Amino acid sequence: MSALKIKKGATSHSAYNLRPNFSDVVERHTLAVLVENEPGVLARVIGLFSGRGYNIDSLTVAEVDQTGHLSRITIVTSGTPQVIEQIKAQLGRIVSVHDVHDLTVEGASVERELAMFKVSGKGDHRVEALRLADIFRANVVDSTLESFVFEITGAPEKIDAFADLMRPLGLSEVARTGVAALSRGD
Amino acid sequence: MKRQMTGAKMIVQALIDQGVDTVFGYPGGAVLPIYDEVFQQNSIKHILVRHEQGAVHAAEGYARSTGKPGVVLVTSGPGATNAVTGLTDALLDSIPLIVLTGQVPTFMIGSDAFQEADTVGITRPCTKHNWLVKETDKLAGVIHEAFHVATSGRPGPVLIDIPKDVQFATGTYTPKAPSVSHYQPKLKGDLEEITELVAAIEKAKRPVFYTGGGVVNSGPAASQLLRELVEATGFPITSTLMGLGCYPASGDKWLGMLGMHGLYEANMAMHDCDLMINIGARFDDRITGVVDLFSPKSKKAHIDIDASSINKVIRVDIPILGDVGHVLEDLLKIWKSRGRKTNSEAVAKWWKQIEEWRAVDCLKFEQKGKIIKPQYALSRLEALTKDHDRYITTEVGQHQMWAAQYLGFEDPNRWMTSGGLGTMGYGFPASIGVQMAHPDSLVVNVAGEASWLMNMQEMGTAMQFNLPVKQFILNNERLGMVRQWQELLHGERYSQSWSESLPDFVKLAEAFGAKGIICSDPDDLDDAIMEMVNHDGPVIFDCLVEKHENCFPMIPSGKAHNEMLMGDADTQNAIDAKGSVLV
Repeated sequence: MSALKIKKGATSHSAYNLRPNFSDVVERHTLAVLVENEPGVLARVIGLFSGRGYNIDSLTVAEVDQTGHLSRITIVTSGTPQVIEQIKAQLGRIVSVHDVHDLTVEGASVERELAMFKVSGKGDHRVEALRLADIFRANVVDSTLESFVFEITGAPEKIDAFADLMRPLGLSEVARTGVAALSRGD
Repeated sequence: MKRQMTGAKMIVQALIDQGVDTVFGYPGGAVLPIYDEVFQQNSIKHILVRHEQGAVHAAEGYARSTGKPGVVLVTSGPGATNAVTGLTDALLDSIPLIVLTGQVPTFMIGSDAFQEADTVGITRPCTKHNWLVKETDKLAGVIHEAFHVATSGRPGPVLIDIPKDVQFATGTYTPKAPSVSHYQPKLKGDLEEITELVAAIEKAKRPVFYTGGGVVNSGPAASQLLRELVEATGFPITSTLMGLGCYPASGDKWLGMLGMHGLYEANMAMHDCDLMINIGARFDDRITGVVDLFSPKSKKAHIDIDASSINKVIRVDIPILGDVGHVLEDLLKIWKSRGRKTNSEAVAKWWKQIEEWRAVDCLKFEQKGKIIKPQYALSRLEALTKDHDRYITTEVGQHQMWAAQYLGFEDPNRWMTSGGLGTMGYGFPASIGVQMAHPDSLVVNVAGEASWLMNMQEMGTAMQFNLPVKQFILNNERLGMVRQWQELLHGERYSQSWSESLPDFVKLAEAFGAKGIICSDPDDLDDAIMEMVNHDGPVIFDCLVEKHENCFPMIPSGKAHNEMLMGDADTQNAIDAKGSVLV
């Protein structure tokens, strides 16, 4: 149940910040959206983003409360503050959406993503890949004589950095889960 | 009290429990069990339309003129897809509808069965919410929830897709319960924000109320509170197309409609005001013109029940999230408790300025010669019917704008028009829905001949149910608004914008067994209108009007409120290249 313990609303008065700052700087925000776990709910959320032309940088979804039939969608999106507020308000309008939380503005939060990398190579490249994996605390989950599959968990930036290092060493396939995020503290 | 019954019976029972008296629909294979139940009861009247789009628009007319949700029953596949335009129309104009669609049996879903369509998929973006019900036990609960969702918060259309085997199967009926829905929109506005608005009202030198359809949707009490507020403060008031009637057109604070074809004084007041109080409107692009130049000197307050409307298009200074009626009640209370203050000296000066704008008399026209001007036709319709218990619907185009300009509305819910979507073919079926709800009232659909032809099959419905709707067609043998834009923007190349091979409307009326009237002489117009009004039955009135009349005033694309075109003389090079890409 701890998955649901996140702060209520962005202001003391309502879930929405009706007085956003109107700068033109594009910001990256992580939104946690609690939705009714019912058929079509993901289509409603994705359809909103495509229909209104908003960005999805990453999206993850899974049921988090079986008895309450709630799923948690974590969306990383980007836009000006006005657009971000608009996205939150539009999400809040969907009848199946119970709660919208902007983890980026509601205090500190932690973000994690899981990724798997297949790295193929021989000789020095193979040794170097294994050494770097150790530094990044990536685990080897599969190995052949000419390839590794690494599993790595971390903030998206850490995974990006690991990918950059693996590329010259024979990176051949990547699978990433997208971001899961929770607010810190209680 | 729980009862066992079939899904089909449950549907009818749930509608009865929700107080539904009228359903607009069209049968088909996937709804036969429901129609069998409709056959075996007398509580609900079923209006058989001639096309499913007509059913949805009729339900919209019913809903808009009563404040109650409209109910539609159609079959799967083409029945559902034909309803899509009406659903989108209702979504954009916030009209509460419950649309029930049949679906192929659950075990055939996904097999491309006969008359199968992914109805919930297709209608997801054009409904407020929709459901596919796969278990009979859940059916009644979903229907009751659907009424709650459609009518609460910002109203809108909802759709329930019901597979045929769910209609046949027996399950437990759950009666209407006090709402347990998690969907509970906030009604009360934040008192701090309302107090800030009161302070702004006390200081304002050039205030204006800008009201919209949200006042109508909030209910008659909201209109009463608005009138009280306007009279008490003495501030001028304008309204969007959707909000006409919330403040009476005969009221002396009334500036007329604003926007692209709004009145000069209304648009100038919006542009020059120092306090704009938006009540239940949404800064639509027909209102704002180019947003960068929109009312540059004003502090803006916005009262809206939908958080996504606030700061969507125009940045506002005082956002108030809540229901118009609730917020206005608190606003009046706070303003009165602080001593009913306004800057009356400055406001009097503001009124003097407004009177100067009014003196321009932007709606003046000259009826000369033997050809009827459309403005004249509507002025006469207004003069001859304004004292009747009257409801007006419209189609979409020039006639719609002229109707908004030249007809006066004293009360809300008297004016039904397709605002957001601009759906040609809306008005005729809408007039049928209005007449169903108000059998003894005068219901006139102000139409253009091109729009009217889009749903003319509904003459059959009007005749079958003896609905004396008056179809007042301003016939210029043109797609008038398209023609006007081609004149202004496309070098007078009138591509496909005329109506050729028109029917003889009198004979058309007679073919359906209705009355047809044709009028082309201004001297005959009054008698012809009275003949229409006094006829006890549906009338098609073919009013032949000036073919090349343009609709003014007009804010051209890409321009600000204070750059209106007032007549044909202003139209040379009125729209630049940047403006011409806008719609």
